Amino acid sequence: MSSVYFDHNSTTALKTEVLEAMLPFMASQHGNATSRHSFGRTARAAVEHAREQVANAVGAYANQIVFTGSGTESNNFAVRGICSNLDKGQILTSAIEHPCVSRPALAIQTSVMQAKSIHVDSNCNINLAHLQKLLLTPTSLVSAMLVNNETGVIQDITKVAEIAREHKAYVHTDAVQALGKIPVDFFALGVHAMTVSSHKIGGPLGAGALVLDKRIDIQPLLYGGGQEKGLRSGTENVAAIVGFGAACDLATKNLSAFDVHTANLRDHLEIGLAKLNAVIFGYNGFRIANTSFFAFKNVEGETLVTALDKAGFAVASGSACSSDSTEPSHVLLAMGVPEDLARGAVRVSFGLSNTVQEVEHFLLALKQQLTRLRNLTAVAA
Amino acid sequence: MANMNQTDRPPIYLDYSATTPVDIRVAKKMIPYLTEHYGNPASRSHPYGWTAEKAVENAREEVAKLVNADPREIVWTSGATESNNLAIKGAANFYASTKGKHIITIATEHKAVIDAVRELERQGFTATYLEPEPDGLVDLAKFKAAIQPDTVLASVMLVNNEIGVIQDIEAIGNICREAGVIFHVDAAQATGKVKIDLASLPVDLMSFSAHKTYGPKGIGALYVCRKPRIRIEAQMHGGGHERGMRSGTLATHQIVGMGEAFRIAREEMASENERIRMLRDRLLAGLKDIEETYVNGDLSHRIPHNLNISFNYVEGESLIMAVKGIAVSSGSACTSASLEPSYVLRALGRSDELAHSSIRFSIGRFTTVADVDYTVELMKSKIDKLRELSPLWEMFKDGIDISKVQWAAH
Repeated sequence: MSSVYFDHNSTTALKTEVLEAMLPFMASQHGNATSRHSFGRTARAAVEHAREQVANAVGAYANQIVFTGSGTESNNFAVRGICSNLDKGQILTSAIEHPCVSRPALAIQTSVMQAKSIHVDSNCNINLAHLQKLLLTPTSLVSAMLVNNETGVIQDITKVAEIAREHKAYVHTDAVQALGKIPVDFFALGVHAMTVSSHKIGGPLGAGALVLDKRIDIQPLLYGGGQEKGLRSGTENVAAIVGFGAACDLATKNLSAFDVHTANLRDHLEIGLAKLNAVIFGYNGFRIANTSFFAFKNVEGETLVTALDKAGFAVASGSACSSDSTEPSHVLLAMGVPEDLARGAVRVSFGLSNTVQEVEHFLLALKQQLTRLRNLTAVAA
Repeated sequence: MANMNQTDRPPIYLDYSATTPVDIRVAKKMIPYLTEHYGNPASRSHPYGWTAEKAVENAREEVAKLVNADPREIVWTSGATESNNLAIKGAANFYASTKGKHIITIATEHKAVIDAVRELERQGFTATYLEPEPDGLVDLAKFKAAIQPDTVLASVMLVNNEIGVIQDIEAIGNICREAGVIFHVDAAQATGKVKIDLASLPVDLMSFSAHKTYGPKGIGALYVCRKPRIRIEAQMHGGGHERGMRSGTLATHQIVGMGEAFRIAREEMASENERIRMLRDRLLAGLKDIEETYVNGDLSHRIPHNLNISFNYVEGESLIMAVKGIAVSSGSACTSASLEPSYVLRALGRSDELAHSSIRFSIGRFTTVADVDYTVELMKSKIDKLRELSPLWEMFKDGIDISKVQWAAH
């Protein structure tokens, strides 16, 4: 079993303070937040407190936070909910979106509401000229992620939103990988809707939110008891929501420490990677500090990841959500990376708990495994 | 006599149908998956992911076992609301072109079913909201008569959340099978209370919730029958989790909690139901001698956990405020933000007044005899007090038929 965890973009360990905040709501404070008695009112107060905490972390008002079950749900809610109230206008998603943005767009497209992809350049930046060109056709929604989960490249969403608004399109951004890593400000970004998720910032799995400009007409994904002002029915997952709120407070508090600490680790790593002749994807893009996405020519990513796991290091070969498939990363293909190099991709993503020593051990292990795998290939050939 | 001073201790919880506390055994199983085993179950490249995935699959087996299904028929969701939405919208959309666009459901279903059907109506489907009989049960002949050539789907709950009545799912399912209608059952209020055998029941889709059965909130499941194979259109797209039927990172600790909660339910259901029936009968025996009380819903086809009573000439909201020593509900928790009289009781033909004066007592795993005795005494004394203040009660006692009174505006 690997003992060093370098896969924090996939999910990251729950923070102790978060668990402490959650525990009462898993035990004695068990009320349904919609109930009128004291159990229910305690649960309601906890949910509303968490709503304030999330709002503070993303530069929004509390009444703009709609709690959901996950980032996936928030993204589906945004894309389907905004578009299904409009009867025409294309849906534009960037070519590097998580499938939970691009697939709902494909699922709801009709002959008068086509889903189209916005190109990115070789540094994983959205091609604004292509966006402008696409927007010449009437558009209902533009969805572009704030930070790409694989490369860690940060998009200029403020600019994307400005352009989209000029063309009367709604704008959604998936900020799941941005929260806790860079400052996230809903108002400054100028988007109509923004997705955030709890478990990527040290909160529990099972809670997410859509930050929403409530002036827009959005259709719910789930109908029923009318929770979240009718926008998301279903009994509130109080413990997870409380944990999400606590994690948001911590994320804000630790933001600069996270940036400084993981940038140091990443730089250590990438100096070593350069010596091993790795290709680092999005290297010239503006990236979050904790992520490095790279490949070695003629070394298969899956094989390398498995070998590294045996050597004690948990890393990813792509986003976990699509780790079921063996297709090369759609992000890399969109950046124009050749398919065989894309198949070699390995993602390292750091957290506050990682150390320079771990990185140095990792580089040693990586060098050994590369030599071993290349020898095997040489023998096979 | 029990101490009626209500301020110095937490109220007695008699609202288990709104939500249940997490069983301590469940919480203990969950916590390691919040702390050391925090992997994403979809991560295939390292043991953090494998450990999580194994836990998810064990839990799937436990959930399947409680209802005698194949684990491959269990799809995780965020709760029964999502399961109901996925089943109803997913099946209706998938089969609309082959079977038709008419849906049958019952007027007393949970809002998650009713509102999902309403949403389909907005998309061009038609729907029949069948009224149950005054005892809350569905008349089979009326159900059969409601089926049209283009009926695609029927949705009937196993146990009603407000009055606890149990529908004859087997008979209704057989009618659906004969007519080629997809049959969905909301079993959120049934698990751990009613034996469910999906290997023999003619049910195509069934919704479950964890937090009504001593598991955590935020997790549920949908049973999707494999034989005959039922198809649904996904409502949430993404990484293709749950064989494409429902994308989204699985919340491992919550799934583990649901599995453990359902395991405990399977093992302890029989003895627990006996104890709870004893408590419910004791509660009913204590309350039934209060004048002008009406039990809502059939008492024989009913889970032992539920007692729903209307106390005539007492306003439900005032009563709730008066009995702060107990935590009960005057309607389903999900709609208790509104002051509308319960639509479920209205569908049984209860007057607005009786619907407004109803209290749902729901008993559970941690309810004691002392809790029940205290409740009986509290209810008796508070109802007496409220009626003493009520001019309507005085008129009733004077023999005036209030329904015939001509009220004058002034």
